[in-house]
Amino acid sequence: MTTRQQVLVLYLATSALDSPVVGWSVYDGTGRTSPTTGDGDEPPYKSGVDALRDGWRLFQAAQLIPPYPGSEYDVSFLKHEFFFEKLVDAG
Amino acid sequence: MTNPEQPPPSPPPPVPPLPSSAAPPLLSSVRMAHFVAHGSLRLDAVVPAEMNAEAIGFLGRGVPGVPYGSAVADAYPEGSFARRLLGIPAVAGALRSLVGPDPRVDHHAVHVREPREGSAQPLHGDAIIDVRTDAFDVQLMYYPQDVTLDMGGTLSVPGSHLRRTNETDTGRYQNLLGQSRLVCPAGTVVFLHHGLWHGGRRNDSDAVRYMFKIRFNPAVRQRRLWDTSDLGYPQVAEELSTTFPWYEPATGRLEIYNRVLLWRSLTGDESFDLEHWVTRVSNRPQEEVA
Repeated sequence: MTTRQQVLVLYLATSALDSPVVGWSVYDGTGRTSPTTGDGDEPPYKSGVDALRDGWRLFQAAQLIPPYPGSEYDVSFLKHEFFFEKLVDAG
Repeated sequence: MTNPEQPPPSPPPPVPPLPSSAAPPLLSSVRMAHFVAHGSLRLDAVVPAEMNAEAIGFLGRGVPGVPYGSAVADAYPEGSFARRLLGIPAVAGALRSLVGPDPRVDHHAVHVREPREGSAQPLHGDAIIDVRTDAFDVQLMYYPQDVTLDMGGTLSVPGSHLRRTNETDTGRYQNLLGQSRLVCPAGTVVFLHHGLWHGGRRNDSDAVRYMFKIRFNPAVRQRRLWDTSDLGYPQVAEELSTTFPWYEPATGRLEIYNRVLLWRSLTGDESFDLEHWVTRVSNRPQEEVA
């Protein structure tokens, strides 16, 4: 069996894994699909926990980092980023 | 200076330049507030069909560049396509409202999305990180043909223009809740704040898609350049209070904070606030107890 990794990145409304999805990305190591920028308006899951229930394995969560002094009111990247994976048979 | 387009075909241009005595219709405060909240302003089908057909005829050959910072009159001679585009009253009024009279042409470019090209641009902000809080550039994006969803119309993220990110560092984000995937009629013009996250989407159709972009730098202070007769209307604050589905709620409050600062800069009204966000955290009384 040849396994390949599929990666799901979810951006959540708060640092809680069960909070709503506000953004998402998908990368497919099998080559069967080619997800890309702006390819859909509907998130694949409503929350991070919903992804867990569908078999996605969490392997990284964004740290909670205090704002840099003097930049407390700045806005930049999305803060609550969660990486999930599935290992699938690509054979 | 370079003439960036082919000579206009006959018959004469369908939209004559504005008479010198005519003032273009400026944006209202409500529409300006919409731009400040969304980071974009869309004018549907404002360019007439004849000009759209003309544009499709030459955009595929590209448009030679002009020196950075050119005056409009130098970049685009009288009668040229771009000059006529900028003379359309709705376009002229919006541009003047946003960046004032006689803005400089930063640069222009033709973007072509080939049929079934297989990839999209990564989500990005143009140029480099640009954190000006009291000035902004605008990018005019002109679509000469009907853009359907599968033609890969520009993706943009409403309310992303105040985010401090650099160019394609946002490329990891494929989709954000409430994003805008442009579908529009021919002749649509969209103005973008320089910081707005956007990208050309994958063209999954059999048609070539064109977009002509001009970036403008203001040459005057951007303060009350629009029609301010409705500045006190409640709809202004309502527009400025807009939140977007992709905002994390906590960061969304900071978005409003930064939006208030931008509106204060644009209006000169240092007392303006929404939900007390700026006033509260600025309160440092200096008077001693009597």
